[in-house]
Amino acid sequence: MNSLARWQRSALPTWPGFGRLTNLRDEIDRLFEVPLAELARSSQLLSGWTPAFDVYEDKDNFYVRAELPGMRKEDIDLSMHNGSLSISGERKSDDKLKEAEVYRAERFFGRFQRTITLPTQVAVEKIKAQYKDGILSVTLPKAEEAKPKHIDVKVS
Amino acid sequence: MNTTLQKESRTTNDRTQQFVSPEVNIYETQDGYVLEAEMPGVSKDGLEITLEGTEITITGHRQVEPLPGEALFHESHNLDYRRVFELDPAIDTAKVSARVDQGVLTLSLPKSERVKPRKISVD
Repeated sequence: MNSLARWQRSALPTWPGFGRLTNLRDEIDRLFEVPLAELARSSQLLSGWTPAFDVYEDKDNFYVRAELPGMRKEDIDLSMHNGSLSISGERKSDDKLKEAEVYRAERFFGRFQRTITLPTQVAVEKIKAQYKDGILSVTLPKAEEAKPKHIDVKVS
Repeated sequence: MNTTLQKESRTTNDRTQQFVSPEVNIYETQDGYVLEAEMPGVSKDGLEITLEGTEITITGHRQVEPLPGEALFHESHNLDYRRVFELDPAIDTAKVSARVDQGVLTLSLPKSERVKPRKISVD
């Protein structure tokens, strides 16, 4: 139902065209294919913009990836505080298009923020981030003391 | 009605693979239309844009490497993007151009000259 609500929200001039019917059908299909939690997350009516995040961990690093298409590197803020990684930013729309008539507006513009608390301590100075094809990838190496260490058990 | 049904079955046949519909913004100016489609993870090589009659199909292949280790949480999808649009006949299909920047495809669809408002001078 979230997809349908979004559809109606765009108050647009009438647009005849069968293309629109096939689109509606695709969106309804999508409604049934995508789990509800994912839909609630992607519905901008409820939560503003929450970009999709992936967080992975192996024995040496944490890997955080955020889908942030169409941003400029300087508009993305990354900060680390007390074991929590905070990613925020603002997506600005193209000024040239301000006078244009908006036919369809599904993309979200504006601020977003997400904070991820990492379960293990991280070596903050060694954090690396890269922004490519609209995806921000952050690699956070675990602090030496936090890495699992093997302890020998001696039997006497 | 016949044409609608024909088109619908064509799209379902394409779906031997699942796709995700990218979010778009469509703007109209006096000179033409601009379509922006969000397809993170898609670079210039992963894009396929085909024009057939009055229909334009945008397909984006995601080329994202899987992350190592174990997932603590995973919200992204690994599907490719696809969306079909019906074009306004006023668009000059020979002049359509595209560019990709940070996962956003921007399509410029200029209207053909004869459709644009023009002043006619009186001798």
